[in-house]
Amino acid sequence: MTLSSQTKNLLKVHQDVDPDIKPNAGWRDLPIGGVIPQGGTASQFATGDWRTIRPVWSKEKCINCHRCWLYCPDMAWISEDGKIQGVDLTYCKGCGICANVCPTKVHAIEMHPEDDFKDDEAVKEG
Amino acid sequence: MALPDLAKKPQRFTGGHRACAGCGFPITIKIILQAAENPVVVGCATGCMEVTSTIYPYTAWRCSFIHTAFENVAATMSGVEAAYRSLRRQGKINQDITFIAFGGDGGTYDIGLQSLSGAMERGHKLVYVCYNNQGYMNTGIQRSSATPRGANTTTTPAGTQLPGKPQYPKNLTAIMAAHDIPYVAQASMSHWNDLYRKAKKAFAAEGPAFLNVLSTCRLGWATAPEDTVDVAEGAVQCNVWPLFEVEKGNWKLSFKPKKPLPVADWMKQQGRFKHLFRSDNSQLLETIQQQVDEDWQRLLELCGVNGE
Amino acid sequence: MAVAVEIQKTAALTGNEAAAQAMRQINPDVVAAYPITPQTEIVQLFSTFVSDGLVKTEFVAVESEHSAMSATVGAAAAGARSMTATSSQGLALMWEMLYVAAGMRVPIVMPMVNRALSSPINIHCDHSDSMGARDSGWLQIYSENSQEMYDNLIQAVRIAEHPNVLLPIMVTMDGFIISHGMENVELLPDQAVKDFIGEYHFPYPLLDVEQAKTLGPLTLQDFYFEHKREQAEAMYRSKEVILAVAEEYAAISGRKYGFFETYKMEDAEYAVIVLGSTAGTAKYVVDQLRQAGEKSGLVKIRVFRPFPGQELSEALSGLKAVGIMDRADTFSTQGGPLYLEIKAALYHAANQPQCINYIYGLGGRDIDPPLIRQAFMEVKDLASGSAAEAGPTVRYLGVRE
Ligand code: SF4
Ligand code: SF4
Repeated sequence: MTLSSQTKNLLKVHQDVDPDIKPNAGWRDLPIGGVIPQGGTASQFATGDWRTIRPVWSKEKCINCHRCWLYCPDMAWISEDGKIQGVDLTYCKGCGICANVCPTKVHAIEMHPEDDFKDDEAVKEG
Repeated sequence: MALPDLAKKPQRFTGGHRACAGCGFPITIKIILQAAENPVVVGCATGCMEVTSTIYPYTAWRCSFIHTAFENVAATMSGVEAAYRSLRRQGKINQDITFIAFGGDGGTYDIGLQSLSGAMERGHKLVYVCYNNQGYMNTGIQRSSATPRGANTTTTPAGTQLPGKPQYPKNLTAIMAAHDIPYVAQASMSHWNDLYRKAKKAFAAEGPAFLNVLSTCRLGWATAPEDTVDVAEGAVQCNVWPLFEVEKGNWKLSFKPKKPLPVADWMKQQGRFKHLFRSDNSQLLETIQQQVDEDWQRLLELCGVNGE
Repeated sequence: MAVAVEIQKTAALTGNEAAAQAMRQINPDVVAAYPITPQTEIVQLFSTFVSDGLVKTEFVAVESEHSAMSATVGAAAAGARSMTATSSQGLALMWEMLYVAAGMRVPIVMPMVNRALSSPINIHCDHSDSMGARDSGWLQIYSENSQEMYDNLIQAVRIAEHPNVLLPIMVTMDGFIISHGMENVELLPDQAVKDFIGEYHFPYPLLDVEQAKTLGPLTLQDFYFEHKREQAEAMYRSKEVILAVAEEYAAISGRKYGFFETYKMEDAEYAVIVLGSTAGTAKYVVDQLRQAGEKSGLVKIRVFRPFPGQELSEALSGLKAVGIMDRADTFSTQGGPLYLEIKAALYHAANQPQCINYIYGLGGRDIDPPLIRQAFMEVKDLASGSAAEAGPTVRYLGVRE
C-alpha cells in the first residue's frame, strides 16, 4: 500500500465520523478540531420561544414586495417561487421589523402579543 | 434585481442563529451573500456574528466557514485565498470561488486594522466586509474607534463630567480607499439595493475590495428592535453615514438626501445619545452637527458633487 | 526507496540553508512568513526558490508573525500544505495562534530558530522562546545540528499530517550556533523526499466547497472539554507515529532517530541531559571524561512534545545522579523547563537518580567544554555522595557572580 492511499484510508476514519453531533457524544465520537462537518445545522435550533409578540400576516393585503423577507434577521419569512407564503414561527423572535418595513399603505403585518395565541396552542395540544 | 427573484436563490445563512431579536448584521449577511454567484468561503472575526451563528453543534452557515481569532480574519482569509491560488495554479481546483471576510468594527477598525491593511496591500482577491455596529457589542457595549462622538458606552459612560465618547469615529473607509485597492464602498443595510449593487461590484473587482456596512445593534444603540432598519436609514439621511464608493481612486456619491435630517433627529431615536439632550450638553450637539456638515462637504468635494 | 541512501548529496550548509533546502524539497503549497533574526535567511532563501520557480509555493509575505500564523492556519485548513518559520519575538507574537492551530488540528510544520526573548532585547540563542510555547499543543522537536534540522523537518511533515495526529509541529535549531554555522549536510534526492512525504490531506478542507462545514465554531461547556480531550489523545498517539516515521526515514536516509539519543550511557553512573547544539560540545566532554576512566554519559532530548517521560525514566533509572541543562528559565524558582519535566517523569521511577539543574547559555552566553566539564564533575560528586555540601539544586552555570 502506498503512503498516499494509506493516508487516505486513515483519513476516512475522520470523514466517516457521524456528521450529526449527538448531545451526549463522547470525545471519541466527535469530528476533530471542533469542526461542524455540515452546513446550516442551526436550522434545527428553534428560536421562536424568544418571542413575546408575533407577526400576523394578511395574505389578502400583501403585495408580495418581499421587504419582510429581506429585512427579517431570522430568515423567518417563507418565499416559494417568488411568492411570500407566510412566516415560520420556529425562528421568528418577534422583533417586529417585518411589520415595520411592510409598506405603510399596505400594512399586511401586524404584531400581536403571544398571549393572544395561548388558547390556540392549548387547543392544538389538547 | 427584484426582491421576489432574489428570494428564489438559496440562502447561505439560516435562521436558528442566536443573534438578538432585531439584530442588524444578519440582514447585512443576507444581502451580501445573495449577491454572490460563485460558491463562497466565509471567514469571520470573533464577535457577535461569529459567536451567535456557530454555537456548536449548530451553525447558521451553509457554506465553508472559518473562524480563528479576533484580530486576524483578513490574515486568515489571505491564507485561504493563497491556498486557492496555489491549488488552482497546480490544476487541483478549477472552479471559481469567492472569498469573504466578515469583521465587526472592533475587529476591523481597532484590533484587526493591521491584518486588514496587510491583506489589502498584498492584493488578495477577497472581499472584506466590516459589519459596523459602532462598538464592542459582543463584550457588552464598549467604545471602539467607530463609535460616534457623544455615545454612551460602558467604557465611555455618560456621567456628570464626561458626556459619552469624547472622540469622533475615524474614517476607516477613507483609510481603505488610501490603499488604492480596486474597490471600496460605504453602505448601510437599510439601503439594500445600494448594498447589493456594491457587493456585486466588490465580488467582481480584480483584487481586494472593502465594504463598510452600517449594521444596527439595537442593544448597544438602545433602540426598539423593530426600528433596526429605520435607525440605520436615519444615519444615512442625516449624513452621519453617507453612502459612497471609491472605484480605482474615483470617489462617487451613491446617495444624496433631498433635505438632510438634523443629526439630533437621528440621535433622538437612540438611548445611547439620551444624555446629549440635557440642556448642559446642547453645545456638544451643535458641535457634532457642525462636524458632520464639514465632513459631508469634504465628501461632496471628493466626489465632485456641488453642495447646496 | 532504500536507493536514496546511495545517492544523497553532501553539501556544506548553514542550519538556515539546510532548513530552506528541506522546505524546497517539501515544496509546500503555501508559505506565509515574516523575517526575524536569526530566521530571516530561511525566508530569504525560500523566496529565491519561489522567484526562480523551483517550488510551486504561493509565498505570502505577511505584515507580522501573528498574520503569518493566521494565514498558515487558513491555508492549511483550506486544504493546502502550509509552512511558516520564525524565532523569538516572532513566536511570541504568534502565541495566540499557536493554540488556535493546535486546537483546529491543522498540521503545520514550522522551523523555529531559537533565540532569547526580550527584555532586554537579544538576538542570540537560548530556548526561552520555544519553551514558553511548550504547552501550546504543538509537537516540538529539537535539533543538534544542521543535518538533524534537515532530517527532522522532513519527518515532521509525515508526523504532523498523520491522520492519527493532525497536530502542528515546530522543529527547532539553535540560533546562530546552528542557523549560521556551516557544516556538511547529506541531502536526499528531491524525488525521495516527495515520495516520503506523499500528498497533503486535511479531513475538512474549506476549498471543498461542495460540502459545507464550519471550522472554529464557539464550543461551550457542553463540548469544549471533549474537543480538548481528543486533542490530548492525539498527542499520546503521536508517540507511536514519531517512531514509525523515524524508522521509515532511516530506511531511506540511513540516519536513525528516536525520542532522545543516549551517548555512552550503557554503563554510565551519572549523566548530563541536554537539548540542541550543546549536545555536540557535551559529547566531546564525555569522550574526554571516558578517556580519563569516568563513567559519564549523555542524553540528548530530541522530542520535547510529546514528552517521552516513561522512556526517559527507564533510561535514567539506575543512575546515581543526573545534571539537567536548561537553556531557559521558568522564573518559577523551581528550575528550568527540562528539569521540571524530567523530575516529574522520574517521580514513579524505581531507582530515582538525584537531579540538579543547570541553567546556562541565556542570551547566547557561550557554553564551552570547561563549563560542561564542571557540571559533570558536580554531578559526579553528587553521585558518589562526596559533595562537601549539597548546594542548591538549581544552579546558574556560566553567569558572572
Ligand atoms: S418579527 Fe422579526 S423575527 Fe419575526 S418574522 Fe418579523 S422580522 Fe422576522
Ligand atoms: S413586506 Fe408586507 S407587503 Fe411586502 S411581502 Fe412582506 S407582508 Fe407582503
